[in-house]
Formats: sequence, structure tokens, C-alpha cells
Amino acid sequence: MSTAPLVAFSGISKTFGGVHAVENVSLDLNPGEVLGLLGHNGAGKSTLIKILSGVYPPDAGEIRLSGSPVNIRSTRDAKALGIETIYQNLALSENLDSVANLFLGREITNRFGFMDDEAMEEAARTSLDRMKLRLPSLSKLVASLSGGQRQAVAIARAVHFNARVLIMDEPTAALGPEETAKVGALIRELASQGIGIILISHDIHDVFDLADRLAVMRHGKVVGTTRTADVSKDEVLAMIIAGTLPAGMARRDH
Amino acid sequence: MAVATVRPRSFSDNIAQAAGLDARLLAMLGILVLIWLGFDFLTSGIFLTARNLFNLSLQVSVVGIMACGMVLVIVARQIDLSVGSQLGFIGVFGALLQTEILPIADPNTWWLACIAMIVVGTIIGVVQGVLVAYAGIPSFVVTLGGLLFFRNAAYQINEGRTISPLNETFQLLGGGINGSIGATWSWVFGIAAIAGVVLVVLRGRQRRRGHGVAQRTPLTDAITIGVWSALIIAFVMTMNAYQQPKTGIAMGIPIPVLILIGVALAMSVIAKKHRFGRHVFAMGGSPESAELAGIDTRLLTVKVLALMGFLCGLASIVITARLNAGASATGTMTELNVIAAAVIGGTSLAGGIGTIYGGILGALIMQSLESGMILMGVPTPMQKMVLAVVLILAVWIDMAYRRRQAT
Ligand SMILES: Nc1ncnc2c1ncn2[C@@H]1O[C@H](COP(=O)(O)OP(=O)(O)O)[C@@H](O)[C@H]1O
Ligand SMILES: [Mg+2]
Repeated sequence: MSTAPLVAFSGISKTFGGVHAVENVSLDLNPGEVLGLLGHNGAGKSTLIKILSGVYPPDAGEIRLSGSPVNIRSTRDAKALGIETIYQNLALSENLDSVANLFLGREITNRFGFMDDEAMEEAARTSLDRMKLRLPSLSKLVASLSGGQRQAVAIARAVHFNARVLIMDEPTAALGPEETAKVGALIRELASQGIGIILISHDIHDVFDLADRLAVMRHGKVVGTTRTADVSKDEVLAMIIAGTLPAGMARRDH
Repeated sequence: MAVATVRPRSFSDNIAQAAGLDARLLAMLGILVLIWLGFDFLTSGIFLTARNLFNLSLQVSVVGIMACGMVLVIVARQIDLSVGSQLGFIGVFGALLQTEILPIADPNTWWLACIAMIVVGTIIGVVQGVLVAYAGIPSFVVTLGGLLFFRNAAYQINEGRTISPLNETFQLLGGGINGSIGATWSWVFGIAAIAGVVLVVLRGRQRRRGHGVAQRTPLTDAITIGVWSALIIAFVMTMNAYQQPKTGIAMGIPIPVLILIGVALAMSVIAKKHRFGRHVFAMGGSPESAELAGIDTRLLTVKVLALMGFLCGLASIVITARLNAGASATGTMTELNVIAAAVIGGTSLAGGIGTIYGGILGALIMQSLESGMILMGVPTPMQKMVLAVVLILAVWIDMAYRRRQAT
């Protein structure tokens, strides 16, 4: 490809006290692409994306953003670079309401730091409406929201701030079929705007229809990457479960 | 289609919302009224005299000022055990400054001393905060060390003497005989306060209209203004009803109470309307989530403890001025009163939950119990035993209430 990928991991490793959570992973994400990241629980998916979103520093390896190496040392750094993350546990503050969560760390304030609650509520409502996400009341504490509603808040929070890279770690885990379809449509729409999306799941069915490309991880390593159109679900399942590549596919396709 | 609507609020919500009141606050106010009526009955009408209420308001200001900070500290999942010792240490420091370094009768001495005391408090808070946030030592340990260190530093720097008298202007800040603003200014204050309430209510309406956010009913707003105006007028009348013993001139609102009101307002606004307060609540609710949201939780922790130190400096000014002396033992065990006030006021030790007004009401309840028991001639050890039981009861009731709310 002539242009540099939006995100390029190369040789990323991370160990937790002897456990190789991520081992020598190289992976690309292109603009406007939905990359499905698959693998069993414990395969290292969350750890890999947390390195991109600034939660963990990598033990080794390099991340390039649109060709230039970046040093992401905190979640603040990642956000400043336009990398937004929906974490697997959502990372919401239960003791705050939806609006507060949506704007947490990025409140609309005057120049003395005093918040404009009405402006934030209005912006949150507009944002949720545009994403066609449904919440009964914006002023309810997150603690009292259902799993699906929480997920809506977390998604809205990531999408609201015009990300270049959007990481979604099991984003539809708590959603019903109707809501899942909405999020799916949202993901395609965002990709069509040129945002690069990493969509993580341990379930092939969640990503097969959405992803342009699939990457499979197993025991901290990338088994292989492939265009979704080139493989069947069964072939991908074999990659996830046994780590075996479909016939004719090279180990690491880039 | 897209539906993220704001539900219209029910009538009972309206009433509760009227003065920014929630059911918890109303319950606490109810308990306070019961305590006052109970003591008034038990003391044959001495408790609810202007004189006693005036003294009560004066006594509550020191613990109240510090409780405002302690609420945020506990909301942030930290604790500050050093506040009583800070009170003593900063007081001795301020007294030494006035008597040995600055010219005691100079017109600039009082405010120079005040600034220095507040700066020292803030520095203590910053140092403790850095030890907690960056060295990773639990705040319980750091501030337990602070408790020990500053109490004994207070003895060390003044060699056990009580330093007195202090600058005369400085003394006014303690609310002594001349440390109140008199009847006229008290009314000016009261009218300004009512005007402030009206202004805040109207501004709220305007802003909500501007953003198309659900509007409050005019009735709600009328109740808000009515309730607050009544409280303000009753307060001013009470303070004015107490007269200087010799001259018979109305005292009016004591300066420490004005300081407390100012601190309470500022801290409420900071807690609810400022980004800083929002982040403190987020961090207390879930430190990991706050960190993932990009909040610098370490720096925030330092700021919270620094603010606590700042308020210790302010409270120390009030108590030192009231005693007209820097004494090393000042504020001994006050940390427990301050923490108890915050906790009785509904601040959750698990973090993330608490209100400034709750902390002040907690201080008021504690002080009312203490003052009532003194009037009744209950022996001091017995008073403390009762307070201990009340503390545990209050937390127990609060937990039961929260559990019911959650279901
Ligand atoms: N913070 C951590 N501390 C210790 N071990 C961890 C931590 N995070 C992940 N691991 C371990 O790293 C491995 C990969 O985990 P994870 O990245 O969460 O996998 P996945 O998201 O694919 O299910 C697992 O063995 C997990 O136990
Ligand atoms: Mg995971």
C-alpha cells in the first residue's frame, strides 16, 4: 500500500509477571477500516489494545500513527492523538450520571473551569440521538442503568470526540439483537467517515459481518490476518481454536 | 428514532429539588430540629435562646470549615487525620509570627499573619498529598504521621508557652465581643443573600431555556426562594437578637460564621459546578475509570489534600483569634469531630458520595448535641460517650437508607 497505515504495531510485547500476555505482535489498521480482533479469553486482545490506548507501556516494540512513531505514556496521550477506547468493563463512574460520564475529563467549562451543565446535557442528547442510541434519562446515575444503557454511554463517550482510531473491546456484549444491529450500523458509518476501528470479540459471529479484515490472536501471538471476504467462519474458528491457518494463507500477510 | 429524552419531574421531586434538597437532607434537617426542640425542653428553654444559638454558630464554624474539606477528602477515598494537629501547629505559628516577627500593633500584621497561616496549611497539605499520590503511601499512614508530627511540632516551636495576646484586628476574626458585624450589616447581608438566591434561580431558568433542557415549574422556583428567604431572615433575626452583655448593642452575625458561609458556598460550587469537584467524585467512585478517562488522579489527590490544608489554615485563624492565643494543644482530637461531621453528613467512607451541606449539617448536629449536653450539665466523659454512640448510629441509619434506595 502506498499510504502509511493509520496504526502500525510492530514487535509489541508485554508480560505480566512471567505471563506473556502479548508477544511480538505486529499488526496494521488502515483508515476507514474495521479490523476484527479475535481470540479466546486470555489470548491477549485487551492487553494489546490497552497498550495503544495508553493504559500499559509496552515492554518492547513500537507503535506508528500514520507513519510516525508515537510514545503513548498515558490515556491522556492517547486521547490527544485521537485514539478513543471503549473498554471491556466500560470504565464508567457509577456514582455519576450519563452526561458526567460522557464528558468525564473533557467537560465543557468556561475558562475558570466551571462547567456548563446545560450545554453538556444538550450536546450529550444530540450526540446520542445522532448515534440512535437510547437512554431513558440523562440525569440518572450510571449505577441505575441497565447493561445495554451503560454500553450506550460508553460508546457515545468514545464516538463523541471525533476519534481517528476507535477501539471497541467487546462493545456489544451486553446488548440485545436490536441494539447490536444499531451499533453495527454505527460502526460501518464511522468507518465510512475514514475512522479506523478495532473491533474486539471472542465471538466470531459478532464481527464477521462487520469487519473488513480479521486478525486472530492466540496465546499472546497473532496467528494470522486475513480479509474477511477470503475466509469462511469455519476457517476462522480453526484459527482461533487450533491456531491453524487456512490452506494457502501465509503466516503473517504483510 | 432517536430517543434520549429528559423525563418531566414529578411533583414530589419538584419540592425536594426546590432548595437543592434531597430526601436525605430533609431527614437531617428534621433530626436537627428534633435535637433543638428536645434540648430546649430538657433545658427549660435555655437552648433556643439567641445567646445560645449565637454561641452555637460560633462554635460550629471551626469544625464546619474543616468538614467542607474533609468531605472532599473522604469522597476522594482518602482520609486526613492530621487536621487537628494542623490547627494547633498553624495557630502557634501564626501567634509567634504576630508576637515575635511582625510588629504586633501594626495595621498590616493581621492580614500578613492570615496569609502566612493559610500558606503554611496549604504547604502541609501539598507535602502530605505528594507522599500519598506519588510515593504511594496510604493517606491513613501519612496523615497519622502528620497528626503526630505537627502536634509535637506545635509544642516544639513555642517551647510549651501559650502565646497571647494577639493583634487586635486579628482577634476580630474569632468573633469575640467586637467580632460581629452588627444589626445593620447583618440585614444588609441577609438582603444580599436573598437577592443572591433570586438571582441564582432566575439564571437557572434562563440557562435551561437557552439550551432547551427540561424547565423547572415556577412553583418549584417560588418554593426555593421562599424557603431560603425564610431561613435567611430567621438567621439574621436570631443573630441580631443577641446583645453585647454590657452595652446592649445587637451583635449580629459573627465574622467566623460569615467565613463558614463563604467557605460552604465556595466549596459547594467547587464540588458541584467545577471540573475539579467532578473529577474528585469520579476518582472516589472508581479510581481506575477516572484514570482511563484521562484524569490525572495523582495530581488531583495532591490538590484535594492541599485544599484540606488550606481550610485548616483558615480554621486555625478563626480558633486562634477566638482564643486570642497560640496554644500547642489547640485542636487536639478535632480531627475526630471533623471526620464525624463529614460521616454523619452522609459522606461515604467507600468514596464517591458526599455533600458539602451534609458535612456542615453533620457539624451542626454534633455541636448541638455537645452544647445541649453542656447546658444540661452532663459530665464531659458522658458527652463524648453519647457522641460516639450517635456517630455509629448515624452511619448505621445512613447505610440502611442507602440500601433501601438501591433496591
Ligand atoms: N493487569 C494484568 N495483570 C496480570 N495479568 C494480566 C493483566 N491483564 C491481563 N493479564 C493476563 O494476560 C493474558 C491476556 O489477557 P487479556 O489481554 O485480557 O486477554 P483477552 O482480552 O484476549 O481475553 C491473560 O493470561 C491475563 O490473565
Ligand atoms: Mg479482553
